[in-house]
Amino acid sequence: MGPPPNERGPGMSETGDVAAARLSAADYGKNFGDVKPPLDRARALVEASRCHFCYDAPCIAACPTGIDIPGFIRKIGTDNVKGAAVTILEQNIFGGSCARVCPTEILCERACVRSAQEGKPVKIGALQRYATDDLLARGIQPFRRAAATGRRVAVVGAGPAGLACAHRLSMLGHDVAVFEAKTKPGGLNEYGIAAYKLTDDFAQREVAYVLSLGGIALSCGKALGRDIELAGLRRDYDAVFLGLGLGGVNALGLDGEAMKGVEDAVAYIERLRQAPDKAKLPVGRRVVVIGGGNTAIDAAVQSKRLGAEDVTIVYRRGPEQMSATAHEQEFAQTSGVGIKHWARPVAIVGRDGMLTEVRFEYTKLDPAGRLVGAGGGFALRADMLFKAIGQVFVPAPLGDGTAEPLRLSQGKIGVDAERRTSLSKVWAGGDCVAGGQDLTVSAVEDGKRAALSIDRALRKGA
Amino acid sequence: MADLRCSFAGIKSPNPFWLASAPPTDKEYNVVRAFKAGWGGAVWKTLGEAGPPVVNVTSRYGAIEVGGQRMVGFNNIELITDRPLEVNLREIKQVKRDWPDRALVVSLMVPCAEDAWKTILAVVEDTGCDGVELNFGCPHGMSERGMGSAVGQVPEYIEMVTRWCKQHTRMPVLVKLTPNVTNILGPARAARRGGADAVSLINTVNSITNVDLDRMAPMPTVDGKGTHGGYCGPAVKPIALFMVAEIARDPECAGMPISGIGGIATWRDAAEYLALGAGSVQVCTAAMHYGFKIVDDMIDGLGNWMDEKGHGDLSAIVGRAVPNLTDWQHLNLNYQLVARIDQAKCIKCGLCHIACEDTSHQAIRDIRADGQRRFEVIDAECVGCNLCMHACPVPGCIDMVEVKTGKPHLDWTRHPNNLLRKAAE
Repeated sequence: MGPPPNERGPGMSETGDVAAARLSAADYGKNFGDVKPPLDRARALVEASRCHFCYDAPCIAACPTGIDIPGFIRKIGTDNVKGAAVTILEQNIFGGSCARVCPTEILCERACVRSAQEGKPVKIGALQRYATDDLLARGIQPFRRAAATGRRVAVVGAGPAGLACAHRLSMLGHDVAVFEAKTKPGGLNEYGIAAYKLTDDFAQREVAYVLSLGGIALSCGKALGRDIELAGLRRDYDAVFLGLGLGGVNALGLDGEAMKGVEDAVAYIERLRQAPDKAKLPVGRRVVVIGGGNTAIDAAVQSKRLGAEDVTIVYRRGPEQMSATAHEQEFAQTSGVGIKHWARPVAIVGRDGMLTEVRFEYTKLDPAGRLVGAGGGFALRADMLFKAIGQVFVPAPLGDGTAEPLRLSQGKIGVDAERRTSLSKVWAGGDCVAGGQDLTVSAVEDGKRAALSIDRALRKGA
Repeated sequence: MADLRCSFAGIKSPNPFWLASAPPTDKEYNVVRAFKAGWGGAVWKTLGEAGPPVVNVTSRYGAIEVGGQRMVGFNNIELITDRPLEVNLREIKQVKRDWPDRALVVSLMVPCAEDAWKTILAVVEDTGCDGVELNFGCPHGMSERGMGSAVGQVPEYIEMVTRWCKQHTRMPVLVKLTPNVTNILGPARAARRGGADAVSLINTVNSITNVDLDRMAPMPTVDGKGTHGGYCGPAVKPIALFMVAEIARDPECAGMPISGIGGIATWRDAAEYLALGAGSVQVCTAAMHYGFKIVDDMIDGLGNWMDEKGHGDLSAIVGRAVPNLTDWQHLNLNYQLVARIDQAKCIKCGLCHIACEDTSHQAIRDIRADGQRRFEVIDAECVGCNLCMHACPVPGCIDMVEVKTGKPHLDWTRHPNNLLRKAAE
């Protein structure tokens, strides 16, 4: 143990105060434990009783995967918890992680009529977790594979989109080979979601549950464009699903981005998620996060929970324009994170190659609605700067596309309503496709829809 | 504040709220706590003959829960008091002495023999209590021994025992009736013929509340077996209100005081009983659920409501709704209601629509426009049945409003479709 984290001599803490082990083991346990503890049966029954069992319920329409929410809640109310879980999982095989990570406040719970009635929606996410946790804990696999079709489908990417697609295809009787570039499956559930939202190795437990259906061969450490080629997959399989995710991050475009202390938020969160002992992870005493999305929130809150003293998110527009939901913004603020709006970074300042300060200018919208400097600004002392200004799709692994190009749209893969790409035999879904919501739940829906479309195509061609 | 003093069959109490004969009134300790809490009276838990007391089982209660609301319906398989007669008598005497302003009635159940009744009446009268209530209602256990509802189901027995009691005591005699009969008027009229000073009803309803699906046994379960019990609580109120009102409007029972019992938990419940002819009310399940403190709101709430409505005392409300209870054949067939949905209050749950669409008259349209849900009544299809109003979870969102038909009152007795109609006068 070093000296108490924030009580070092003035000389030592002036710059470059990036340290691990700022907290006690108990504090790490508390800070990275379940942020929303599960409902027990008594609480679940009280909450379930609040559901009005609406006709053609608005919450169902608001769920990207169309889960029969009143249906599963009614089953919870009668202690038919298995039935409830199956109702969820038959629409969304990642119902367990979605129960934990979905921004329900802008989806099902916003649509809940209890919001209109009393400003307090039914806790749909928590109830969904209650039901799905029960089934997972009991190890019940309620789904069966249909008779084998003899068809083989390649899925690239073992995130929610790819595995949802694989699971549905396997249920429909097809054999699926899943290729994953990283060493573990799960995609952002494993590498990207804030640690306190998916505790106890849930991502891996859920993947194991999904795979327990059978018929899905998972190969990790196989990257598209390196170990496997799209052309080869199209040749060797009856269909291909691309669930590639987003491989790159935006840069600030400022001098000094390579300076020590300047970090890419996505990479840092990934390291944090993979760190078995959070105490070993260094974090700055003063942390600045630039961005307005959930990655910015997650980087900021997790820094705070690692023991950072001052954490500030700076976003170039107002709270309404942040892609992080109001709920997430509030969560950051109540976690002790400050949020400054209408300012953008103009300079990264360091000493001896070590970050010391970030300078900002105020911003505003000009009459045409463009973001411009507003004159004036401020500087924030910083030991760490997280860049969280968006992720981008990296198309290079798709190949040179000389023969038959795969059409991109807004820098991502273009797909139709069935998640078909412009390339025959190739479907795509999740964060790598254009027009998506960048949500786990919409990735699952993409995978499911693609699987149904692939199944129709294969049966038609049979 | 309105005068809540109650005078019932010659028994006086500071308010009409009595505790019914049941576990809450089995001992001095409980009854004193109740009187301290403000209850106007109590009917002491049923006494039996001198000698070895009855023996009770465990468990004793069953209950149903609806949507998280506990004890909506409640049942018991407990017998009459299992304490020695002399202990009860001593305590009754003490309580009456200490609480002279409260109504203290003693419930009795002994075998159907005149001597048995004569004997118990003498010792009970000696306590100074205000009256007796003959337990002809208890539907479980004691009925197997020829008492309780076994008597209450035979009007001739009711009349006979009531007559004996009137002969052998000066105390007011209340006859407590069982609802486990096809027509409550038979027992009520028998009580009157026997000279009863009043009737009290209902006692509990034959019931099995639930089945333990693991043990495959009715609940409450006693060592793997169950037996039917007596059902009470909020769920039985409609049944009891009907029976009370039937007696209240029966010419043969005219003027006979009625103590209303069954699912009374609030002042509003009590006011409804009073309006349908009860002169006092008795409460048990609500007290067993929440404790004696509930009487505070009952007293307060009833008084405030009476003040608001300008009712000075109980006589202003007792029986006031009885003239409006009639037979179906006298209801006005030309009266027309339709449902009105207050769109400002509507939360778009669609329960009105699906209830009407699936199970009634397809009179509520499901409209989707501009991404919004909207539910509208089709007046021409609406029969004014009230279903949507009851299904709606938002109070006051759906109103039933009268449509002026301009037609005169017309009931079934004169309706053209009635082949047995009366000729027009």
